[in-house]
Amino acid sequence: MSSHQLDARRLLCPMPVIRTQDKVKTLNPGDLLEVTCTDPGALNDIPAWCRINGHEFLDYVESGDEIIIRVKVGQ
Amino acid sequence: MTQQRKAVALISGGLDSLLAAKVMLEQGIHVEGINFFTGFCVEGHTHAIRKKDKAKPKRNNALWSAEQLGIKLHIVDVVEDYKDVLVNPKHGYGANMNPCLDCKGFMVKKALEWIEENDFDFIITGEVIGQRPMSQRKDTMPVVARESGANDILLRPLCAKLLPETKPEREGWVDREKLLDFSGRTRKPQMALAEQFGFKEYATPAGGCCFLTDKTYSDRLVDLWKGRNDKQYELDDVMLLKVGRHIRPKPHFKMIVGREEGENKFMEGYRKQFLHMRTTSCTGPLVLVDGDLSAEDELLAAQITARFSKGRNEDEVTVEITDKSGLAKMLSIKPLNESDFPKEWHI
Repeated sequence: MSSHQLDARRLLCPMPVIRTQDKVKTLNPGDLLEVTCTDPGALNDIPAWCRINGHEFLDYVESGDEIIIRVKVGQ
Repeated sequence: MTQQRKAVALISGGLDSLLAAKVMLEQGIHVEGINFFTGFCVEGHTHAIRKKDKAKPKRNNALWSAEQLGIKLHIVDVVEDYKDVLVNPKHGYGANMNPCLDCKGFMVKKALEWIEENDFDFIITGEVIGQRPMSQRKDTMPVVARESGANDILLRPLCAKLLPETKPEREGWVDREKLLDFSGRTRKPQMALAEQFGFKEYATPAGGCCFLTDKTYSDRLVDLWKGRNDKQYELDDVMLLKVGRHIRPKPHFKMIVGREEGENKFMEGYRKQFLHMRTTSCTGPLVLVDGDLSAEDELLAAQITARFSKGRNEDEVTVEITDKSGLAKMLSIKPLNESDFPKEWHI
């Protein structure tokens, strides 16, 4: 299991999801991915994308205008 | 044991594609969704930018549809490939800069590439004969099937009974009798079917889900191309056309004036790509300037910037002008009078 970061700041929906999707394709099951976003829509979209594609949305942290979303890669 | 057939459904986030996918799921087909991001998709961008819209839900309807259906959704970035569709549409544009027929053919072609790579059997769309004046007519639907290369593996479940039999029907993968015969612009059959399937909530975007069907947006795009004397664009251009007031005082430069705090904040991300202006002696918007300015142009642009500030009625307002390298200077000027601001400058 390894941890990875993705910078999706300044990207608007659905680009943060697309970048997350493309990054997850390169990772292994169990890996953790932290996605940093500025579009608040990502807070709905990334968890929804995780639910329908078998990944786990762990939690998020808001820091100023930035949102860090943590995802665990599924099988 | 009968092999379970696999279809990819073009999911826009609207009701028709939701229903088309559901009709196939009801027939035991394995369905996965695909959604293409061209850059012009309406999905939430402006809501995400504007502060006054902060409270509005920022749901991506394609993801939401997939979740209702219980299917996977693949969102594909086609921004680069889409440029040729928009710049050189073989079948021309609709009422605005919407190349609907070419766009549909392009998306089905992309879906065809996807099913070939992923070993799926056919493609479904939520198209309905007569629903849209350009891409969804009885005479243009075969054009999409033919020019995309999908031919008879493109199935439109909502109006299939009105169209020639496709391979999935012929081979018995799906039961043609259980497909539908919707046509025309009425939404009643779709709403009845939604109720039958238990879908109580669904997106009903007026004019489709594409900014290119919007007149103001299309006017701004045409102006961008004309101003640059080049029909190329980048994703940042596409985004900025959705934001602020667009003002072209002279053919060689354009100003983008933030209308509120959320837009100003979004535009701040572009300060290194554009010369920008802001009043310092009073509150005012962030203004991005696209084009090269002479000293005279700079003065005019500063006066316009001041005109959109709280100091518009003052005798003198100070404007900070910052170039792309971050070098700033101050200019004290009188805001432009309303009588000196022709409304034709607004794009």
